[in-house]
Amino acid sequence: MQPVSFNLQQNYFQLFNIAQVYQIDTAQLERQYRALQSLIHPDKHTHLPDAEQRVAMQHSTLVNEAYQTLLQPMLRARYLLSLHGVDTQEETNTIMPLDFLTAQMEWREGVAEARRTRDAALLDELEMRLHRETRELESQLAVKIDTEKDYAAAAGLARKLRFMERLAEEIHAAYDAMDA
Amino acid sequence: MALLQISEPGLSTAPHQHRLAVGIDLGTTNSLVATVRNGISVVLNDENGRAMLPSVVRYAADGSVVVGETAQAMQSEDAANTIVSVKRFMGRGLNDIGDISRLPYRFVDTPPAASPFATSGGSGQSASTSSGQGGMVQLRTVAGVKSPVEVSAEILKVLRNRAEAALGGELVGAVITVPAYFDDAQRQATKDAARLAGLNVLRLLNEPTAAAIAYGLDNAAEGVYAVYDLGGGTFDISILRLSRGVFEVLSANGDSALGGDDFDQRIHCWLLEKNHLSALNPRDTRLLLTHARTAKEQLTDHGETRITAVLSNGELIDNALTRTEFQSISQNLVQHTLQPLRRALRDAKLSVTDIKGVVMVGGATRMPQVQNAVGEFFGQTPLTNLDPDKVVALGAAIQANLLAGNRSGNDWLLLDVIPLSLGIETMGGLVEKIIPRNSTIPTARAQEFTTFKDGQTAMSIHVLQGERELVSDCRSLAKFELRGIPAMVAGAARIRVTFQVDADGLVNVSAREMGSGIEAAIVVKPSYGLSDSEITRMLQDSAQHARDDMKARALREQQTEASQLLEAVKHALEQDGDLLDQTERAQIEALMTALHDTLQHTDHLVLKRAIGALNDATVSFAQARMDKNMAHALAGKNISELEAK
Repeated sequence: MQPVSFNLQQNYFQLFNIAQVYQIDTAQLERQYRALQSLIHPDKHTHLPDAEQRVAMQHSTLVNEAYQTLLQPMLRARYLLSLHGVDTQEETNTIMPLDFLTAQMEWREGVAEARRTRDAALLDELEMRLHRETRELESQLAVKIDTEKDYAAAAGLARKLRFMERLAEEIHAAYDAMDA
Repeated sequence: MALLQISEPGLSTAPHQHRLAVGIDLGTTNSLVATVRNGISVVLNDENGRAMLPSVVRYAADGSVVVGETAQAMQSEDAANTIVSVKRFMGRGLNDIGDISRLPYRFVDTPPAASPFATSGGSGQSASTSSGQGGMVQLRTVAGVKSPVEVSAEILKVLRNRAEAALGGELVGAVITVPAYFDDAQRQATKDAARLAGLNVLRLLNEPTAAAIAYGLDNAAEGVYAVYDLGGGTFDISILRLSRGVFEVLSANGDSALGGDDFDQRIHCWLLEKNHLSALNPRDTRLLLTHARTAKEQLTDHGETRITAVLSNGELIDNALTRTEFQSISQNLVQHTLQPLRRALRDAKLSVTDIKGVVMVGGATRMPQVQNAVGEFFGQTPLTNLDPDKVVALGAAIQANLLAGNRSGNDWLLLDVIPLSLGIETMGGLVEKIIPRNSTIPTARAQEFTTFKDGQTAMSIHVLQGERELVSDCRSLAKFELRGIPAMVAGAARIRVTFQVDADGLVNVSAREMGSGIEAAIVVKPSYGLSDSEITRMLQDSAQHARDDMKARALREQQTEASQLLEAVKHALEQDGDLLDQTERAQIEALMTALHDTLQHTDHLVLKRAIGALNDATVSFAQARMDKNMAHALAGKNISELEAK
């Protein structure tokens, strides 16, 4: 079999042909994602033999995975740092600044309180605040990674971002519970 | 409908022929079949000019089966043998159905499908499945016990025959629609029914997505749309982004057991209360439900309607029902649809102001109280310019035409999602989510597990679908055991469990022990699905009554597949033959010749083997071709061409 220039081992930034930075051009990522899926999605290969349909499914799966990894801020940070040889250690490194942990406790109590009292206004307010602080963390990450290239500091921020993500999941679950 | 051009020469692998493909809306109350003819999507009518086939199947003692209007006319008289709204039972156990006393059927609880798995690879490892719960519910009729899959297949057969008669040839395949909120068991059951009806399923397509295709292509719509689909027995909400030929589903939610039927039930209960009636016999139950439906439909255009019926004991029912009263007794049903709306919006990270338009689908959306509630929720008047009964079938036909290889001038792509999260059971009866809901499909996720005891050689894996934290609140898809793990110290074995969700939204789970270098994979099919042997038995059963010979059909199918494969490989060799070295090419060509020689063979199994051999030999060629395509795409050339469209 002759070698071809494309292989699935290349990194996700190369796959979508976008610059390998944290502050990505989301519109460009979306365009490239759609263009790639337009070529490889299983729907484009239903008239081909089974073997090619299976390959199409695998390729399409990989492109979906790559897209989500670059699209979601936390996943992108973790992935980009791993390319720089830095493990973000969200599951293992639990040493966080005390003030951050205290704030987390307060967040959680707030969400639990809103859920218990079915206070949608409070939940809305918490969500908006969380959204703001998450954005703030993301811009700090962009500075640490893209400008200062301080990957160890960035890993710390990524771990914080993971905490914020879990909070967002809790708020989401609280909304669901209040609906039911 | 959008004007789509029929295949241009050179675009399809078989440019000279228009491949016959249909879209089928297999509904709770009514089913339809549509196709693209002369570039326009049209619903195919029966010989009496009727588009909708009532989804009603009646079994007679002599084994004969009647479907549609004729069966519907007998639903009160022969309620136990006349199956209505069978879609509600697809992929469902007895426990899921709720109050069975209100239904005139004799239900049979059945054990889960036996051995719904296949083992591949081999090194002494094996797997087995077991499940603590029952399998799909079945119905006892005068013609024997019938699975909902068999009942649905009867409906599909009628539509297939209608289409083949209208189009004058055998179908290459069909796109069958399912509610977006259908879980894996319900999807698998639908696919099995199609297989039983002799249909090649090109794709299972979510109903709201099908509607969005029909609507979007027709109106050249761009932006974020909500599709509110209230059918006879299911409710779906999908949020989609339409942009430059891509239909991207952002989120889906719903209730697979809420629909127009429930509004009939409310009127039925109201009638019982008004007339101080308690439990009725099956005939009277069905009679009042039929009148309830008529009353519901009347109230769409009238402020008041009269319900008059004579029960089997001679008692006269005569009540006036006003629209206001109907709205008040059904208010909480309408409210119930708003919860999934809110969830879908949150999952899509959008608010109502982001929604450019709301497309209404399903006959039940004709009810004024539904339109008002949806209009109020979104702050805009819902779009009702497409026939809500037909739009799903029309969209499915357009997609079927594309998937069959009849390329049209304007090409588009669908990116759909899996509606419910997938997970596995962990310690304490909790579910750990592996694939979250609303992930774009196809998707896959792998998770590694290890043994917790020294010398442990087996591990049990329980696959679940749903949003709740407790195993008991989620749907059990499969339970299997991975045996023959080499004895090691605790934590040394590495068992990788992979979930793959395909473009139909169907799940495959495989487990692989990797730590020792010994690998074995098992593929698990949902325990609610039917095993291959059950399908075979059903095919044989139906063959006894069918006019055409199953063997001949199997042979024809294999011949068609062989010809298509030969043509496709020939095409591939012409285009990309340079990717192969001489030996590889010679091997493929030898197998092509071998397959060509078996075309006249009368045993379909011989053909099947030859097809398999050629397929296997072209695996790496296929990979190389796809890679080459990707390489081209990445070179920027194709991407800019695509964007220009």
